[in-house]
Amino acid sequence: MATLLITGGHVIDPVNKRDGRYDILIDRGVIADVQPSIPLNGAKAIDAGGRLVLPGFVDLHTHLRQPGHEDKETIETGARAAIRGGFTAVCAMPNTTPAMDHRGVVDEVRQEARRVGLAAVHPIGAITRGRQGKELTDFGELFDAGCVALSDDGSAVADSFLMRRALEYAKLFGRPLIQHAEDPALSAGGVMHEGLVSTTLGLRGIPAEAESVIVARDLALAELTGSWIHLAHLSSAKSVDLIRQAKRRGIRVTCEVTPHHLALTHEAVGEFDARAKVNPPLRTEEDRQALIEALADGTIDCIATDHAPHTDWEKEADFDSAPFGISGLETALAVCVAALIAPKRLTWSQLVERLSAAPAKIAGIDGGSLNPGAPADVVLVDPAAAWTVDPKQFLSKGHHSPFAGRPLTGRVARVIARGREIDDV
Amino acid sequence: MMPTATAKPSTQTAPWTKKDLLGLRELSAGEIRLLLQTAESFREISLRPIKKVPTLRGKTVVNLFFEPSTRTRTSFELAAKRLSADIVNIATQSSSLSKGETILDTVKNLEALKVDVLVIRHAAAGVPHLIARHATSSVINAGDGSHEHPTQALLDLFTIQERKGRLEGLNVSIIGDIAHSRVARSDIWGLTKLGARVTVCGPPTLMPPQIEQLGAPGAGGAGVRVTHNVDAAIRDADVLMLLRIQHERQESMLVPSLREYRLRYGIDRDRLKGAKPGLLIMHPGPVNRGVELDSAVADGPFSVILDQVTNGLAVRMAVLYLVSGAPKGDEDEG
Repeated sequence: MATLLITGGHVIDPVNKRDGRYDILIDRGVIADVQPSIPLNGAKAIDAGGRLVLPGFVDLHTHLRQPGHEDKETIETGARAAIRGGFTAVCAMPNTTPAMDHRGVVDEVRQEARRVGLAAVHPIGAITRGRQGKELTDFGELFDAGCVALSDDGSAVADSFLMRRALEYAKLFGRPLIQHAEDPALSAGGVMHEGLVSTTLGLRGIPAEAESVIVARDLALAELTGSWIHLAHLSSAKSVDLIRQAKRRGIRVTCEVTPHHLALTHEAVGEFDARAKVNPPLRTEEDRQALIEALADGTIDCIATDHAPHTDWEKEADFDSAPFGISGLETALAVCVAALIAPKRLTWSQLVERLSAAPAKIAGIDGGSLNPGAPADVVLVDPAAAWTVDPKQFLSKGHHSPFAGRPLTGRVARVIARGREIDDV
Repeated sequence: MMPTATAKPSTQTAPWTKKDLLGLRELSAGEIRLLLQTAESFREISLRPIKKVPTLRGKTVVNLFFEPSTRTRTSFELAAKRLSADIVNIATQSSSLSKGETILDTVKNLEALKVDVLVIRHAAAGVPHLIARHATSSVINAGDGSHEHPTQALLDLFTIQERKGRLEGLNVSIIGDIAHSRVARSDIWGLTKLGARVTVCGPPTLMPPQIEQLGAPGAGGAGVRVTHNVDAAIRDADVLMLLRIQHERQESMLVPSLREYRLRYGIDRDRLKGAKPGLLIMHPGPVNRGVELDSAVADGPFSVILDQVTNGLAVRMAVLYLVSGAPKGDEDEG
């Protein structure tokens, strides 16, 4: 592995409070040194040409679909999409078939990810067997196998008693349980946010309370058990308010928001556009503003894509039948630039922290910074590059995006993953 | 057909330029008036001894019904036949997805057979819109989920105008399951665009959120009036539209029981004692006798329910005629 020297870039490394011109020396897969100027000394030079040089992004919430749904995505296509989006590590959700509820599946996923060798893949195991919400999985075995957290994502652990036991038992491991907060009784049959657009289109709505009811319950259970709850893909102002209060009370809670919830509202459904069908649904402008505010003030810890690829034919069905989900890895950064940087709601340094250091900390993985000694996961970003989203060009097998055709600014120019330059992004 | 512009704005029509009829929300008042005026000109065909004109000879219409329907399907079929179009009925209750074929596969297969008009009924909202985006044929929405049922609303407008001579300024109350009613949504758009004042009435469980914001800006401001009190809905009404209460609503806890619904919202003679003279009672059918509507009222002097059915034919002839003539510039302009 060649020694690399990234020169002439604008380094933003929030963990080390760096925001300016630095050179970065990479040796044997790790960051060797960061200085205002480093002599070349035989290293291979990478001229950043004034671009931003950032720690690799970490996605806490990715659906890689393998095993079981390789028509939608494979670990290889998902990892490629991740790299193109600037994500050098992704956390893979367990709603595969079979579910990642035992060691064999986790081993298989990690092994395939190592073979592919692009983005690092950190599995998230299931909380309950088969994600059925009935019996707990063997938490210890899953964490020993390399899971960074547990979740039944795709559905909530609806049974309050089981959730209490799960939280209590998880304290043994110091890792979070990730809740997909959705009361299945309140959301049953729903396909979009319950509001004026669903009323106009005659579509069954999912009220914001389907989320906030579970958020409130889980905050209470986290307080009761003293355990760590992480709330996935928040969509509503009500949930955010509850979490803000809970954090003030010292409850151990972290949470995430997706780029699409930061950028879009239920208006994106337009005339039954299933590309905007996602769970939790896109909600109102008031909710969107509350999410941005919460991300800025630290109530929401990080950004996660909830990359949820499906086949073209599945997404081309009618709105009720089309599956929920957005292919999000390859648009995440530029969508965040449009939703957060352009309107001056977050600084670049804050955005980078929410995309790298904060999720790395929650996942408990080594990454998210340009510390000497840390894995050399580095992303070069051209912040002014203008481009238009063309989902047909995605490396992901999921070619569906509500941002299709949208002009965006900001693009990943180059990725170095664990010291290796990845050329095909 | 040429637009007939007059000085009075309330009778102004607009030329028809659309390939499809998907809903009344996207139509202008002028386009709706043109549809009604065209229906008026087709009405007498069904009164002739030989009920057929050659207007759409050589055109192929497909009734593609993914949901059971007798009256709408028959109405479209007769409308097509009276205009000399060829019509094929395809009724499939099972979703085509369960057979591994998508809706778009089905439609592409039909298009390969060179059809001109697809009349779509589906239990899911937006299916006609999905098909219209991918089809070169004209698409007519014959009812999509709880979204719209534009030809039903057009025949409602036609019937009211026929009986009352106007729509502007009339008070129309729609009573029943507003949340799940495609008829209610289309009627709200059609009525408010033509200047009627709409009140929707039903229990809160059958009222979708922010329904008051639906509809075109009218005399009383934007949208519709909402009341849960049926007597208030009857008091000033020129027209009462009753909606069918589905038995399933009881199971999903939207109404405690059909009996409870009848006691609160069922329309019988007693309830109409304070009503305006000349009140019209309308229902899109099929009537759930003894639930939303008492038989004595359904068959009584105020009822125009069968006029609605008759007018539906003329309206559907007008729609078939306009969508198959307008965009593609065919020679057969009738």
